[in-house]
Order: sequence, then C-alpha cells, then structure tokens
Amino acid sequence: MSDGYQIVVCGGIVPDPLQTLEPVHGPAGWGLKNELMLPAILDPWSGHALYEAANLAKAAAGSKVWLVSMGPKAKLQQVMMTVAQKAAFELIALDAPAGGFTEAGDVAAALAEAIEAIPGLDKSRLLLFGGWQSASRGAGATMQIVGEKLGVVDQFQGVDKLTIEDGGVLRVLERVEGGSYQESTVSGPPALFGWATGELPEPPNNPQVGMANMRLVMPALQKAKPVQLAQPAFGSVQLPCQKRETRIVKDTPVEAIAREIVDWINA
Amino acid sequence: METIVCIVQTEGDGSLAKAALEAVACAKELAAGLTAQFAVGLLGETVQPGADALANCGASAFFAVSGAAFAQARYATDAAAVTALAKAAGATIVLGAATSRLARVMPGAATRLGGVSDASVTAVAAAGGKPVVTRWYYRQRMFAELTRDARPWVVTIAPGCFAAYAGAGGSAAVTGVTPELAAGGARTTVTRIISPSGEQQTIRPDAKLLFVAGAGWTKKQSDGAAHAGEAEKLILNFLNKSKASLGTSKSLIDLSGEGQQVMSFLTHMHQVGQTGATPRHPKGLATCCHGEEPHVVGWRFIGERRAVNLDANCGWAQGKADVLYVADAFKVMAKVIELMG
Repeated sequence: MSDGYQIVVCGGIVPDPLQTLEPVHGPAGWGLKNELMLPAILDPWSGHALYEAANLAKAAAGSKVWLVSMGPKAKLQQVMMTVAQKAAFELIALDAPAGGFTEAGDVAAALAEAIEAIPGLDKSRLLLFGGWQSASRGAGATMQIVGEKLGVVDQFQGVDKLTIEDGGVLRVLERVEGGSYQESTVSGPPALFGWATGELPEPPNNPQVGMANMRLVMPALQKAKPVQLAQPAFGSVQLPCQKRETRIVKDTPVEAIAREIVDWINA
Repeated sequence: METIVCIVQTEGDGSLAKAALEAVACAKELAAGLTAQFAVGLLGETVQPGADALANCGASAFFAVSGAAFAQARYATDAAAVTALAKAAGATIVLGAATSRLARVMPGAATRLGGVSDASVTAVAAAGGKPVVTRWYYRQRMFAELTRDARPWVVTIAPGCFAAYAGAGGSAAVTGVTPELAAGGARTTVTRIISPSGEQQTIRPDAKLLFVAGAGWTKKQSDGAAHAGEAEKLILNFLNKSKASLGTSKSLIDLSGEGQQVMSFLTHMHQVGQTGATPRHPKGLATCCHGEEPHVVGWRFIGERRAVNLDANCGWAQGKADVLYVADAFKVMAKVIELMG
C-alpha cells in the first residue's frame, strides 16, 4: 500500500493481574473494591495488538497508529507513562469507568464514534486492531460491535499473525479449536483484527519514543470526552468459593506416588 | 412470550459437533423453563444431516443457511447468516455455542439485529419467567448472574457447560433462508486449517486430563544443572500414553519468547491462566507449577486437581489442589510413564 495504513488500536485498561479483586456494589452499580487504588495496566491483549500495530506501521511506509483508550483520566495517565515508551502512537482518550461490568455495546459505540472523528480518517486504509478478549469484561464482543458500527465486515478474532503480501493482500492466522489455526486472506483494508498474543515480545522501553508520545498524550487526556456507560441488570456478582482441603503427601517413595497417580488417572 | 432460536454450525459432512449439541440442550432447557418454543437455525455447506439428527429435539421449526459460500468460517457470510436465521425465526433470544466460528460473529449479528449480546455464558436458567445467565468476569475470578430486558438477546454458551443433546434422529423439514450479504460480497477467503499432526497435537479439548507443565521443569535440578531436554521427553511420553491435553504457565511460555528454547512444542496456545485459556477437563495434574492467583484462574473449571512439586507450602497448591505430592516431578513422571506401560 503506497500511502500506508491507518491503524487504530482499541485498548482498555485493567487491574494488574497480580492484584486481589473483590466485587462491590455501590451507587454507580457493580465495581471492584478500592478500584481506583488498584494499579492498572494496558489490557494484555490490547498490548499485543498495539505492539503488532507499531511493528506493521514501521514496515509499511506512510502508516500511522492511533491508540483509542477508555478509562478514568488519572488511570489512563498512569498507564500511558509506561505504554508510551513501548511504541509510537497518537492517543485518543475517552473518560469513562474502565471496569468490567459496563456494557460492551456502550463501550463499542463510544469507541466507534471516537474513531469516526479522527481527522483525515480514510476507511480504505483502515486496519482496526484490538484484543480478542479482555482481562476485565472478557466479552469478546466489543471489537465486533466497533467493526459493525464502522461498516467493517472483514473481521478476524484470535489473531496470532498478520502478514502483508504482494498486492497488499493480508494473510491472517486465527486461533480455532484444538490448537489449530485458520488461515485466511483478505484483499486489503478495511479489516478488523482481534489479537490473541501475536508473535512479538513486549518491546523494551524507549525514552525517545516516550517523550514524543507524551507530547500528545497530555493534551489528549485533557480533552478526553466523558462517556456514560450503563450496566446490565446484575442479580449478583460473587467470588467463587473453591477452598479445597489439600491432602499433602510427602516423605513417600516415588513408586507409591506414581502408582497413586496412575490409579487416579485411570479411575 | 419469548421465541428462542439455537444457531448450530454443521461440520463439513453436515453433522453436528459436541458444542453444537450442548447448545441445543441449553435451548431446550431454557425453552422448557420459560414455557416457550425454540427453533433451530443451521449454518453450513450441508445442513440436512444435522437437522435430521435434531429431528426429535422438540424444536418447533428448522431454518437453514446453506451452500458452498457458507462452508467457510468467515465473518462477512456468517454474520449475515446468523442475522437472517434470527429474523426468520422471529427470535427474541438467540443462542449458539461459543465456538471460534460463532464467537466471531454473534456479537456482530446482535448489532445488526439491534439487540444485545453476552458471550461465553456458563449457565442459563429461567427465574420468575425471565431468562437469567451466568458468566464470568475478570478472567474467571468472579461470576455474575444477569438478565436483560432488551431484545433480541444474543448469547453464546461456553463449551462443556451442558450435557450434549443425544436424542434419536429422524427426518426434519428445513426451511431455507437467504441472507443479505454486505455490498461488495465476501472479500475474505479461508485458505486452509493448519493443525499439528499426530503426536504434535497436544491441545486436546475433549481429554479427561489436563496436564500442566510449570516453569520448574526448566530450572536447575538437584545436580545443579537444568534438564529441559529430558523434561520435554518425559512430558511428551506422558501425553502420548495418557492422551491428556497439555497446558502450561505464562512464565514457561515467556521463557520461549525470550529466546530460551525450552520446550519445542510449547506455544502461547498452551498457556492457561490469567492471560491464557481456562479449559474444562474432569481432572488436572499440575507439575512444577508455582504462584497463586494466575494459575488458579486457569484451573477454574478443572474438576479433580492434583499437583506434584517440591514445596509443601506452595501457595498455588494449598487449598486449590485436592492432593499435593511433594516429590521430584522428574522421578515421579518417569515412574508414572513406566507404570502406564
């Protein structure tokens, strides 16, 4: 593609996975206990999407990456301090709760509206990237709805690899059942890719990229548009009770342990 | 009065996979609970064998989108097909298995229908005449029951949550439906399915046992050296004999990504836990795994759990596993393989 791609990455923020999470019901509906105090990260699958986008943009001259991210402004700022050092992008921020109990449809509608408002957006060059799931709502629905609202009907989910072939044909590997991949081709943009883990490691911090990004991040946060999000009618939200009585077997001959395991497997 | 349609994808020969039969069982159960009717919407190149297999399932009608264009699992055609099937059935509730094919398109179809969607639901019930679904949030760390007033409500059912429909077959009358494809037609072509062959296929969703290999397999052992090669042989031998499915931890996968080729057969698709899969198997055996919450998340839907590692106080195993064997996993698994013959 001679003019490059316009790659828009949709990426939410989630609590650090090592944190203990507890649901609480408050005036605004369901949320997490001390939610605003929990350290946040860019959703892992969104992160993979961003790194793949940056990599593709480097390879296709004239390409540009936008990151559209929704969350409380203070949290977004905290996360962007790290993410901005990983890859070059222009941030489009939306000020709204980042929790998992919000409606995927509302989130998708706000993201689609923000994408439509990107100055100079050319859908014939548009590649929509995002995670195929998230570590919060995990709906596996938001990206599909964003695509529908933007009229993008070539969509792929669980993507681990995207290559550009001669003539601009996009070749895609999507995860399917049983550890297999479905390989597809699409003639070119517009297309949507819900990334699984991709193939790239997390890039090292690059202070120069970080400084360039942050010049645009702060203004983007200042003009972040507030978004109202609804919640479904939850009857309850609970932590699972799965405390098990663990039987410890130690100081036991290996053969006895192995035999017990084999008997258990065959039972 | 609700009207339910259960969307089922057919396989290449027109038959139905287990996940599709589970979705039918779910639809049948929900319809009974709501005193409603349910229809079946079939999607695939050939649909009659699948419809015939469900002839006596209690469905009020069978609709189908079929033909060569629908052999491929492709968003543009599948989203149009699901939308058309839901409209043909006049559905207020649209159910389907959360397979890769349907999960890709059901939320998009809900948007086209002007409805709402919920994905990977693990339980469906009728409470007070209203449908209520259960699904998990924050990577299986908490679960919620919810209902919705908006219709149509499009719901995908996580595989393994319902007993598959197993009624007698017969002869079903199928009404063909022609979907309206987006302008420009299908620009996507599915070129092939890439599957590991034979012994290399170590992800087995229907296996009775999940075997989880942790990063401990690659650490220095009592002789001061790492034995990744030996670990690889032991694990593959065990998988071949037991026909178990293989899972692993993020830490072990990340070692591979950092250029340390630890086990050649491991990919990100094997990863279970916070940023991996949460598979469903009746039994799970973890070896050399450490850490708490991320690993526990991956084991959320494992029935009986046992673990082998060297730390009796391992935070992951205590309270999470039924049995913890404090022993050298290399020696234990070698003996297990020997005993399995």
